[in-house]
Amino acid sequence: MKIKISKENLQSEFVRKVERISGETLSNCYQCGNCTGGCPVSYEMDYGPSQIIRLLQLGEEGLLMNANSMWVCVGCLQCYSRCPKCVSAANILEALRQLTLRKGTDHENVSDLPFPFLKNAPQQAIVCGFRKFVS
Amino acid sequence: MSRIGVFVCQCGNNIASTVDTKKVAEEMSKMPGVVYTCDYKFMCSAPGQENLREIVKAQKLDGVVVSACSPHMHEKTFRKACESAGLNPYKCEISNIREQCSWVHHDKTKKVGTIKSIDLTRMTIERLKKNRPLKNINIPVKKRALVIGGGIAGIQAALDIADGGIEVILVEKEPSIGGNMARLSETFPTMDCSQCILTPKMVEAELHDNITIYTWSEIEKVDGYIGNFTVQIRKKAKYVDEQLCTGCGECIEKCPFKADNEFEMKLNKRKVIYTPFPQAVPNIPVIDAPHCVKIQKDKCGACAIICGPNAIDFKQKDQIITEEVGAIIVATGYQLMPNERFGEYGYGKIKDVISGLQFERLASSSGPTGGEIIRPSDGNVPKSVVFIQCVGSRDEKKGVAYCSKVCCMYTAKHTMLYKHKVHDGQSYVFYMDIRSAGKRYEEFVRRAIEHDGAMYLRGRVSRVYERNGKIVVQGADTLSGNQVEIEADMVVLATAILARDGADTLAQRLGIGYDKHKFYNEYHPKLRPVETVTGGIYLAGTCAGPMDIPDSVSMGGATASKVLGLFSSDEMSREPITAIVNRAICNACWDCLNACPYSAIEKESENDRHGNILRWLAKVNDGLCQGCGICVAACRSKCIDLQGYTDEQVYAAINAF
Ligand SMILES: Cc1cc2nc3c(=O)[nH]c(=O)nc-3n(C[C@H](O)[C@H](O)[C@H](O)COP(=O)(O)OP(=O)(O)OC[C@H]3O[C@@H](n4cnc5c(N)ncnc54)[C@H](O)[C@@H]3O)c2cc1C
Ligand code: SF4
Ligand code: SF4
Repeated sequence: MKIKISKENLQSEFVRKVERISGETLSNCYQCGNCTGGCPVSYEMDYGPSQIIRLLQLGEEGLLMNANSMWVCVGCLQCYSRCPKCVSAANILEALRQLTLRKGTDHENVSDLPFPFLKNAPQQAIVCGFRKFVS
Repeated sequence: MSRIGVFVCQCGNNIASTVDTKKVAEEMSKMPGVVYTCDYKFMCSAPGQENLREIVKAQKLDGVVVSACSPHMHEKTFRKACESAGLNPYKCEISNIREQCSWVHHDKTKKVGTIKSIDLTRMTIERLKKNRPLKNINIPVKKRALVIGGGIAGIQAALDIADGGIEVILVEKEPSIGGNMARLSETFPTMDCSQCILTPKMVEAELHDNITIYTWSEIEKVDGYIGNFTVQIRKKAKYVDEQLCTGCGECIEKCPFKADNEFEMKLNKRKVIYTPFPQAVPNIPVIDAPHCVKIQKDKCGACAIICGPNAIDFKQKDQIITEEVGAIIVATGYQLMPNERFGEYGYGKIKDVISGLQFERLASSSGPTGGEIIRPSDGNVPKSVVFIQCVGSRDEKKGVAYCSKVCCMYTAKHTMLYKHKVHDGQSYVFYMDIRSAGKRYEEFVRRAIEHDGAMYLRGRVSRVYERNGKIVVQGADTLSGNQVEIEADMVVLATAILARDGADTLAQRLGIGYDKHKFYNEYHPKLRPVETVTGGIYLAGTCAGPMDIPDSVSMGGATASKVLGLFSSDEMSREPITAIVNRAICNACWDCLNACPYSAIEKESENDRHGNILRWLAKVNDGLCQGCGICVAACRSKCIDLQGYTDEQVYAAINAF
């Protein structure tokens, strides 16, 4: 994939929103990969947390909004606890979820979920689900 | 019969665990000529040495063998002890039974180690019987120093030596001292203005009572050896009388002709009569003869007409000046790899692809644009600038394999300078690794990224081309694994730091070594980093390899301390391990002269009383001879020998085995 890099993309409305919602400064990230290394579920992600940050640094909206990463994140904050620059990848993924949800296209209603699912799904998954799907 | 004492050291358990030292001593006492033997726990300890001294005196020894560690460790110690007991130090020999015996044999029964130690010691005893007393060679020292190259490294060396009360001659090939540092705008990591911190040092050097500066000058010839060099300096014609010139600059103003400005990295033109920059030291113009219409075609002469004190002298000739010095410091610096080598980066085709030093000049307030960052092609302010690191560095195919060390830092600096001058501009940096080792260096790079918004992309650029008036930079961001493309207004190449053209010729003139990149070799890369293998010649700054200003300054200071140490006494004493010619049988075939890598063999004539030459002879210059023994092997008539390692001594040792 070829990415066209320009000042407009680097400082796009989208990138600025992610920074504002997450409270993180993207340029602080070293790209050391500690977050991806420590993340318990990054092997399931299309892009690991550090790669998501990289794509944001490059101002590349399309790739990362279509990736499953933000939905796989369980919000355990392992990434944040390991980051040498105190960047919280979890906050950034949360911001991406918020931005998606605000579009109102992918909204889940808890009461619509089938009872057998609610009964069998692990508690952690449901709590995370609330955090992710309810804005 | 000789009276030899043998001292076998146990070295704690280092030797004693695999060698029966008592047995060695016992066996040695049976050898003819040996009158005393003993073994001892630590020969190098103070009581060990004291014991040695007492026995030398009491037994009236005329030779001592210490069977112990490598002579590299304690030969000096034991020879000194012998000397203070009244024995010639060269009548003391070391037999290495540690590194060459006990440490390599693990036989705990001590059988092997003991037999070998006995053999080694016996050989040393027989060798010692052939030793002749030798005297250290004293060489008078000329207490003056020569510094070649007036960059920051050379200036620092000159100032530190001069402050130590020693006269210094500073030779610079350009019209002014200052070197590459004079070209820099601001310097990492503190961003102080380069000129502001450099020019006071240049002026200090100019005004220092102990420093003589020859600019527009080069080294023609170097003869001699440590403490006693004779150097010929070519002072090229400036066509301006330095005594008469007041530095008013009227001539420069009046000169109607122009040529490429080397100091400004050819970003603009300068006059044919010029000083490279306003704060030049000395502030005396030179005429660029190949471009001067008067010198070439006998026309014009405008400068001579305007010059008040009549300082212009078209008849001036190159002068050869001979200076006698005791030490030489080489500080000839670096140059950048020519960008022309990188056609894929558009250099030469695209005007707005420039080098790092050109960017420095654009950013410099004394530069051709007064510090405004504008495009060379159309004078517009570039809103997007791509910096490419490692151009030619770490590139075995097209460039050099090494890292140029300063580019990571100066590129970060460039992005900051750019941001400070063009607030709405965006900079991009393509890098392979960021090497910011140094005090406050990593923090500096992070400031460029986090504070000044430089966008760093990890990857190399593979193509730079023009499209609709924009420069398209195509490369990779290996962090995200994508190909990336940027439309830029200007591209800055951080090209590799190279040794200067002609560095090899100078090295050959000086007799110092250089590597395959023509950077000068240090004697030892860790422990003797500012010395060369040739005594009395030292290295400072980037002529030894890429480095930044703090390292160049430290090296300059370090060479000064070496020189001041060398000059701390009137004579220099050195070991007499030098070649010696048997004058009776030398037949002047000059094989030795051709073989000697240090040019230590000279031709000497034997004359009759009328001065007619009777015959020629080889003669060893004790100052230059390093005692390598190559001449001994080369001599067909066996008339040259190495003192301390004569054939007689070596054969005696072999025969004793
Ligand atoms: C773009 C760029 C930016 C940089 N920015 C920084 C920075 O911000 N901070 C920093 O610390 N470092 C910086 N550096 C590195 C810095 O330029 C060098 O460390 C420093 O200039 C080296 O000084 P030097 O005296 O060794 O060599 P030079 O400055 O090259 O001086 C050598 C001198 O010797 C003279 N000479 C050469 N051959 C002969 C000869 N045969 N006879 C007589 N004279 C001779 C030359 O004319 C020259 O005057 C930068 C380098 C580059 C390329
Ligand atoms: S651990 Fe922190 S600095 Fe390292 S890649 Fe993740 S977010 Fe960036
Ligand atoms: S004589 Fe040469 S240096 Fe002098 S003004 Fe004419 S061209 Fe310039």
